[in-house]
Amino acid sequence: MEVTRREFIKLAGLASAGAVVTASSGALLTGCSPLVGMEDESLNDTNMGMITIPSRCEEGCTGCIDACNKMHNVPKHDNKDHEIKWIWETEFPHAFTEYMENEILKERMEHVPFLVMCNHCSNPACVRVCPTQATFRRKDGMVLMDYHRCIGCRFCVAACPYGARSFNFKDPKKGLEDPVPNPNFPTRTKGVVEKCNFCSERDIHGSELPYCVEACANKKGGVEASALIFGDLDNPEFKERIEKIQKDEKLIPLRRKEIAGTQPKVYYLV
Amino acid sequence: MIEKALKGSKKYWLWLGFCATLFGVGAGFYIDQLFNGLQITGMSRDVSWGFYLANFTFFVGVAASGVMLVLPYYLHDQKEFGKITILGEFLAVVACAMCITFVTIDLGRPDRLVNLFLHPTFNSILFFDIVVLSGYLLINIIVGWSILDAEHKGEKPRRFVKPLIYLSIPWAASIHTVTAFIYAGLAAKPFWLTAVMAPRFLATAFAAGPALLIIICLILRKYTDFDPGKIAIKKLSTIVTYAAIAGFFFLLCEFFTAFYSGGAEHTATWKYLLFGEGGSGLQPYMWGVLISTVIAIVLLVNPKTRYRDDTLVIACVLLFVSIWIDKGLLLVIPGFIPNPLHEFNQYFPTLKEAIITFGVWGLGFMVLTVLYKIAISVKMEVGDQDIEH
Repeated sequence: MEVTRREFIKLAGLASAGAVVTASSGALLTGCSPLVGMEDESLNDTNMGMITIPSRCEEGCTGCIDACNKMHNVPKHDNKDHEIKWIWETEFPHAFTEYMENEILKERMEHVPFLVMCNHCSNPACVRVCPTQATFRRKDGMVLMDYHRCIGCRFCVAACPYGARSFNFKDPKKGLEDPVPNPNFPTRTKGVVEKCNFCSERDIHGSELPYCVEACANKKGGVEASALIFGDLDNPEFKERIEKIQKDEKLIPLRRKEIAGTQPKVYYLV
Repeated sequence: MIEKALKGSKKYWLWLGFCATLFGVGAGFYIDQLFNGLQITGMSRDVSWGFYLANFTFFVGVAASGVMLVLPYYLHDQKEFGKITILGEFLAVVACAMCITFVTIDLGRPDRLVNLFLHPTFNSILFFDIVVLSGYLLINIIVGWSILDAEHKGEKPRRFVKPLIYLSIPWAASIHTVTAFIYAGLAAKPFWLTAVMAPRFLATAFAAGPALLIIICLILRKYTDFDPGKIAIKKLSTIVTYAAIAGFFFLLCEFFTAFYSGGAEHTATWKYLLFGEGGSGLQPYMWGVLISTVIAIVLLVNPKTRYRDDTLVIACVLLFVSIWIDKGLLLVIPGFIPNPLHEFNQYFPTLKEAIITFGVWGLGFMVLTVLYKIAISVKMEVGDQDIEH
């Protein structure tokens, strides 16, 4: 069969249009984007997450927050509207808004500091809405950002049910000392979004822990007593360790805003 | 054809000068924003979208409403619209261009805008919105210009125009639907998480857009020799009436779901808007919108006031302004109040932010005036006898 040039162009056009429609409708209906990942195969079966135990937290201690801010050059701006927050402390009814009206729980949790941060969700809304894939989910379950690709549309800020994302309303260097606290970690620019990265720059699959966890463990005199525990949620040994804490200290695991369907990976043992 | 925009009365040039000044001042302050970042706006960590996107959302509606002239004229052969359909198409062109400008000035890194196309992301509604908006802009430029050009030359329009016109009708609905989906697809924002968002957007758009067209038609009749035709304005006002009622009905549906269900998260923002729980920042605007919408509907439903130019203008202005406030300030901003941690932080645009926004309005009205000047000059030249194609 002979195909004329004109027919061929028509067919090619139709085929590519079809491909675009199929790909886009698939992406819209399942509501998720392909996993963007490093080539490292060993990350495939890991699923990094955080366990926090608020009752172990000491009132007034900000060791974890300070360590994170310092090591990630998180700026400190005077205007509260322009704040950049990666990990911060709040009260129970603000962390768990669905229990806002529960007087009994609220009373029990009074004066217990709750640390909130990016939940590195398994079904992240921020990744779904980002128009440039500047925010993506890595193979090891960490939700990360490419600060060089972000266009600053703030769709992810609106989509995050945890308020975990901050936008640089001004040049972050204006809120940092000169030289910056950690010259080995890049500073961001004005006009991009940023958030907790579970210390992806560290060897967290090997011998290192995120800075916040490390700071807490150092203060408490060991990982066993730390209020923050980091690890691979799918690892049987890690699971066993967490289950033991739950049993010994009579704690149950809560996650923030389950109703949002994002499958957060930061657990609160309360 | 374009030379027709270069000959005009003193008033024409004064008006263009005014628009150009607005644009110039806005552009000046935008340079400030480029250097200092979005800190010059009233937006914050909690209320991270503001006046720019509010105006964007509203003008997508104005763009979509062009179809309210195109559809009756081309599908239902309503010949009375023959003289003003081009006004609807050019309004759509300008509104689309304004929308794309609003999205761009809202970006933290406008220099990276091209990333949207370098890394097309099919799961992002924003990506789709930019695609459908650019498409609608193109369709309306091509359709409007080629039909006007054909009229000017006394020829039949080129063959490709008709299919494009038919395509533009569903496309108009798509731009506003996709814009509604930007908001209605976020589980994080209970206030926006409503299936009635897209229908409500379309209804209020089809009220606000034609209301603006009525105002424009009456201005043109008063200050130029161009007569859009009494019947055309009458029919437009009927469209505005039905659309305004539909839009108000959808708002009442929102009230019902929020307050009868009593669902804490869904109700929180409505309580904030209506009763000032958590700060009364936007409360006066909400009540202003409700009252003016009701007055406008009363004026429109009653044929006596609908067919009188002065009361019709009052109704149209009330509707246009209240829908602008409602779809802008009262939809985008309260979505962020309270924030995900149930903290109440208020938002109000800063002066600089408002000046930049009205700069975009200035740009829009400038281009609109030039396009209308060309269109009307052609229509007047050709006369009434040859408006069918």
